[in-house]
Amino acid sequence: MGSNMAENHPVAFQWVMEAKERGAEIVHVDPRFTRTSAVADAFVPIRPGTDIAFLGGLIRYVLAQEADLREYVVAYTNASHIIAEGVELPDDAAGYFSGWDPESGYDSTTWRYEGDAPDAHAAAGDRHNRVEGDDPHRGATADDAEEGGQAFEGGSIRNVNAIETDPTLQHPRCVYQLLTRHYARYTPDVVADTCGITEEQFLTVARSLCENSGRERTSAFVYSVGWTQHSVGVQYIRAASILQLLLGNIGRPGGGILALRGHASIQGSTDIPTLYDLLPGYLPMPSAGDHDTLDDYERRTTAAKGYWSQGRSFLVSLLRAWWGEHALERDDLGFGYLPRITGDHSVYPTTIDMFTGKVKGYMLFGQNPAVGSANSRLHRLAYASLEWLVVRDLSMIESATFWKDGPEVESGELVPEDVGTEVFFLPAAAHVEKDGTFTNTQRLLQWHHAAVEPAGDARSDLWFAYHLGVRIRTKLLARAGGTPAERDLPLHHLTWDYPTHGPHGEPSADAVLREINGYDADGRPLATFNDLEADGSTSCGCWIYAGAYADGINQTARRTAWTEMGPAAKEWGWAWPNDRRMLYNRASADPAGAPWSDRKRYVWWDEEAERWTGFDTPDFAPTMRPDHQAPADATGVGALNGDDPFLMQADGKAWLWAPAGLLDGPLPMHLEPVESPVDNLLHPVRSNPLAELLPHEHNPHHPVGDAPGADAYPLVSTSYRIAEHHTAGGMSRFGTRLAELAREMFVEVHPALAAERGLVHGGWATIISARSAIEARVMITERIAPLRVGGRAIHQVGLPYHWGPNGTASGDAANDLYAIAMDPNVHIQEVKGTTCDIVAGRRPRDAGLRRLVARHATEPEAVRHERRLTAARDGGR
Amino acid sequence: MTHSSHDSDLLNHPGGPVQGSAGTRFGFFTDTSVCIGCKACEVACKEWNQVPAREESGFTGHSMDNTGALGADSWRHVAFIEQPAGHVPASGGAGVDGDAEVSGRVGLEWFGEDPGLPPGAHGSEEQREVPNFGGAELAAPGVTDFRWLMSSDVCKHCTEAACLEVCPTGAIFYTEFSTVVVQDEVCNGCGYCVTACPYGVIERRSPGQHGGGGAFKCTMCYDRMRGEQQPACAQACPTDSIQFGPLDELRARAEVRAEDLIAAGVPGVQLYGADPDSGVGGNGAFFLLLDDPEVYGLPPDPVTPTRNLRQIWGSAGAAALGLAAAVAVAFATGGRR
Amino acid sequence: MSTAHAAPTAGPTGAAGGTEQRVYTDADGTTIAVPTYHGRPVIKEPAWTWEVPWYLFAGGMAGASSVLVLGAKLAGHHELADRARWVAAAGVAVSPPLLIADLGRPTRFLNMLRVFKPTSVMSVGSWILASYSGVAGAASGLRALDRLPPLQDACDVVAAGLGAGMTVYTGALVADTSIPVWHEARRHLPPLFAASGLAAAGAAATLVTSPEGSRPARRAAVLGAALELTVDTAMRRHLGPIGEVYGREEAGRFHRAARAVTTTGAALVAVGGGRRRGVTVAGSALLLAGSVCTRWAVYRAGFQSARDPVATLGPQRARLVRGERTRARS
Repeated sequence: MGSNMAENHPVAFQWVMEAKERGAEIVHVDPRFTRTSAVADAFVPIRPGTDIAFLGGLIRYVLAQEADLREYVVAYTNASHIIAEGVELPDDAAGYFSGWDPESGYDSTTWRYEGDAPDAHAAAGDRHNRVEGDDPHRGATADDAEEGGQAFEGGSIRNVNAIETDPTLQHPRCVYQLLTRHYARYTPDVVADTCGITEEQFLTVARSLCENSGRERTSAFVYSVGWTQHSVGVQYIRAASILQLLLGNIGRPGGGILALRGHASIQGSTDIPTLYDLLPGYLPMPSAGDHDTLDDYERRTTAAKGYWSQGRSFLVSLLRAWWGEHALERDDLGFGYLPRITGDHSVYPTTIDMFTGKVKGYMLFGQNPAVGSANSRLHRLAYASLEWLVVRDLSMIESATFWKDGPEVESGELVPEDVGTEVFFLPAAAHVEKDGTFTNTQRLLQWHHAAVEPAGDARSDLWFAYHLGVRIRTKLLARAGGTPAERDLPLHHLTWDYPTHGPHGEPSADAVLREINGYDADGRPLATFNDLEADGSTSCGCWIYAGAYADGINQTARRTAWTEMGPAAKEWGWAWPNDRRMLYNRASADPAGAPWSDRKRYVWWDEEAERWTGFDTPDFAPTMRPDHQAPADATGVGALNGDDPFLMQADGKAWLWAPAGLLDGPLPMHLEPVESPVDNLLHPVRSNPLAELLPHEHNPHHPVGDAPGADAYPLVSTSYRIAEHHTAGGMSRFGTRLAELAREMFVEVHPALAAERGLVHGGWATIISARSAIEARVMITERIAPLRVGGRAIHQVGLPYHWGPNGTASGDAANDLYAIAMDPNVHIQEVKGTTCDIVAGRRPRDAGLRRLVARHATEPEAVRHERRLTAARDGGR
Repeated sequence: MTHSSHDSDLLNHPGGPVQGSAGTRFGFFTDTSVCIGCKACEVACKEWNQVPAREESGFTGHSMDNTGALGADSWRHVAFIEQPAGHVPASGGAGVDGDAEVSGRVGLEWFGEDPGLPPGAHGSEEQREVPNFGGAELAAPGVTDFRWLMSSDVCKHCTEAACLEVCPTGAIFYTEFSTVVVQDEVCNGCGYCVTACPYGVIERRSPGQHGGGGAFKCTMCYDRMRGEQQPACAQACPTDSIQFGPLDELRARAEVRAEDLIAAGVPGVQLYGADPDSGVGGNGAFFLLLDDPEVYGLPPDPVTPTRNLRQIWGSAGAAALGLAAAVAVAFATGGRR
Repeated sequence: MSTAHAAPTAGPTGAAGGTEQRVYTDADGTTIAVPTYHGRPVIKEPAWTWEVPWYLFAGGMAGASSVLVLGAKLAGHHELADRARWVAAAGVAVSPPLLIADLGRPTRFLNMLRVFKPTSVMSVGSWILASYSGVAGAASGLRALDRLPPLQDACDVVAAGLGAGMTVYTGALVADTSIPVWHEARRHLPPLFAASGLAAAGAAATLVTSPEGSRPARRAAVLGAALELTVDTAMRRHLGPIGEVYGREEAGRFHRAARAVTTTGAALVAVGGGRRRGVTVAGSALLLAGSVCTRWAVYRAGFQSARDPVATLGPQRARLVRGERTRARS
């Protein structure tokens, strides 16, 4: 669901086809009939933005049929946990969970567990930052910052052993019963009507899923940005997690929820993050005011039970890796050297801050927002307000040339002479021109060796970062007159001593990986993060990567042939944490430690040997008996019981109900996209009230429902990628091999819509939103079906987003059409299931473009009519 | 062959011909039932063989096919066919090589119907039914399903290769692997092979391009095979739709695969080019199709033109005699004035 | 509107679909709907360019002229023999350049003589052209120098033989291809080209020979024209729907012109005879034009036939429908 795996992950899709050959049933639930649907056993054309309704319906079906793997659910999830008095579900409270305040959003304390464990907090890496004033809908207020305040992913719960449970799952406030009540209204007929499918299609999937789950069989979900890029993106994934946990499909072979990443090493870029609010290994970036001292930080971020209790040693080892001996000389081992977050510095608010001059300079590494980010027109205009912009890329991408030949220059909105931005374009080396690792979606690190020297001035990102650091330090030293200024110490004290080689002084990526892996007190490479200490004696650049260089060997470079390995392929690359190929694999055995079934065995308890054995590294101490009960007063890792598979969770259990950590509810509920042509058929609340809309003159949102002007944008648009191109085109639009496979931007429409608007196959169409208008060649195809919702047909418009004005395959950028509207938890943009309109013919090249957009907003029918007539006259071309 | 194991003693681990396998006939089995249309074969082929960019590569509107056809600058070509619900493959899932017993019904079910789209596309207000994608029933795609067929086409490396037989310079030859290859340094660009190929594969490259003027087509990566590597397209194919190996082994594998799919109720299944008993003596590169060959742009009963050489020379000889006779007649009658 | 070209019931102009179908009715009445891949051709158009039809004409005229030379010598028409020999020489002079100019890599023309391949009509033809142009050239040369009469006679004899081959092999050349309108006419094209060559040779000789001496040439011209028209009619009847390209586009125009001009030319030559020189000259000129048009009609028809997927697919599917699938060589 929400993935076109065959087209966008064709290499990984070989395994899906392999599974199909072995009898697996492939079901594809997606708005469009894609190359994935073409080889699937079943295809369900779902309306974009309704997957939670679909998944909620499946959850209800599983509960109603009692098809859940009960023993698993009771033992491994928090289904039996009782939620404190006073919790309310949307059905009880006019569409909101308890704790709703229109001003400040949700107060999650009402979602907590019953018993003497008053507050549980989780923060998925503390993603909710207070921003002074600018947005009331931001979660945690300073009050959360008390004991057990924001915590790591998995949460902090005091007195975990005091949680009240009801293993019979009968208690009206136990999670299982709350689930049942919450999803009771997600009946097949309502789901079918919401999703624009038939009940039979829904029930077929439901039956198949249940038939293929249980002790003997497992089912897996695959998703991509079709799930994440929504204003309720996080809750999409939560919904699937709940479903898979009920069916016992997590932590077991053939199960799980597989997130397919957008391109190489996106996983790596969150492990060792490019995200502003995370430190390596998902440690929260300290916030000003809350985390002034290391003790504050530990007190407010670490968990009482499970591996997050080791937070202090993870962070201290990181400080030691970054500042080496200097860390030991500083208070809090150099904790003070870390920068502090003062607000939301995620990409979209930062971009909008460029208009006001709050952001003066910007660096783009391998990213092309002028084509690839929602409302790319806003990004181009914002960059025109910068003082300087650094672009490092393989090709001369639109983000570097917007000022001289972008669409706004064409339309007269930007005049090159007047754009003050100083743009520095620095050619980047490709992956074949540098050593390093890719970390893929299954947390697998794979080393790649440089095959050739980068051509011309092209350099690796590592080269750029290293030599930039060296030069900055030299300049600072000179400015300070030879003796380091106090304020510059964090830079001067950084361990910045990587050996370099080759004609360009390329830093050693191998040395960087060694530093990330870390060393013990005696300077030996670490074998596991379990050896990390909080006293500064150990160093580790990213605790989850500890072991990647175990025994001084680059484990990520292992390349044993698949024919010579077991089913877990343990000798290919290296997977974090501790080379585990499947997380939470304790759940692959029943509470007693025996495999759920022989054909699904993976890791199990060997009574004779008194230890866990199997195909993979056990997720926990290999000698811990399955029936081990931690002493009541135990804390941290020691508090984990033998049947606590989800050892990153503060209670060792998987969270069907999230007692904390999410801003928009403890359970997923269907909410329409911010720009949806229909009302919410399931709840009185239309769309996510906490969605971040970033109101701005260049970021208008479409009116919805009965609001005037809503009729201007009656079509559902969904953006996507095709097999022929890569993301914003930097790697595919500038050569010939890939570019010639799909040279021109096109738009997919159904014959009926084409007939309605006078579109001609192979001709031109203009797609219009309140943000902009773009043109594309018309692809009339039945693959993009109109959806019947609430009795009426709703047409879809399919927009691949690869193109921009530059390169050998150029065209308009689909992202010009989209507004910025974001999920409150992780700030991801919603570019699926929003609205637009389409008319025949090409768009104006000049100032007429803005006039068209403006006029269409007020008198859409007239515009459509004129375009139809013109098209009928000149044949749409 | 990317991931699935092959049981052939004649292939090494990377899937190339082992040493000493010269003399064995190697080929391609393209199983279109697992093709996902990713075009990795097209790109890998062009990269390895340094095939220049096509001169025309705009938007064709032919589904996702912007390559169009095989030619001098495209040695692999992935075809895309969108079939709306209700389409009935003529061969109805029986038969191999478009055989006669299933072909009696050819087209009759289709006659007058509109498999394409849409009468209203030129401006009428006519609304069409929402297409029935079917497939909700978990079964092999039935005839009522919307189907999107994809197939990676390539030079057939015929047993009786017309291009080779008509080549006046001997530039086209059979390799030790019984594949058909053009020696570029011999070819003088007469273009005769272009008119001879019954599949429209080989083509003369435009002047100006690298190697312009000469005839080009798939070599089954002759250089890679000699280096004990499998052809680039087969190596790149993620789903093993393109399988490389000893031809007889591939044919046996294909028979089994076809029977399995037919048993599973997949409509239109047929092997194409696998049967040596044909007008070209069978192909070194053959296919498992899910519809009749014509639907993929393949000739259903191709014939090597040189088969009729005797007729042709016979008629030429007769014509020569006729010419002499006519001249004789012209002089025979009438005197000298 | 020919059935093979019934309007598509759907196709690329309609939408992305793919299976454009057309109705095809075979010569024996078998009617089938032929699916095509987005209406695209199955086979390639010839790579050849304008030089080829002119070569077909020049070579054919030259070859037939050499036969005429021999006939004239045997019949004692020495003037006619001399003039026809010059016509042959002229044709021989332009043929190789035309052929070489058409090559993708003209500098490699000699590779044609690298091998002798009976399976390749072009290989055989290249040897014929090479030897014929040599012999015919020698014949003219020796006659001009008035040396070695016995060798002259020998040259004329050999030239006549090779000339006949020269005239007919071009028909075989285009017949031995996968282009339906050429291959299906494999029995007709060599005689068609022979007749057309004879008409041209006769006409050319008539033009350059005195009325008194050109009588047999006039006869040959008229006879060739008559045969040309007859064979052409038979060919198109045999081709059935495949042959309808001769009624369309360029091939159609050339073909209509060829028939009209040839018919008129033959009539004028017959009427003009030896007395009305002007009429005969006009008729001869028309016959030459007719021969050129015939070659161009056949040449363009090949392109049009290759472009039409139904011309390729229809007959093949019809064979299958009739249960006449082509089997392996026995």
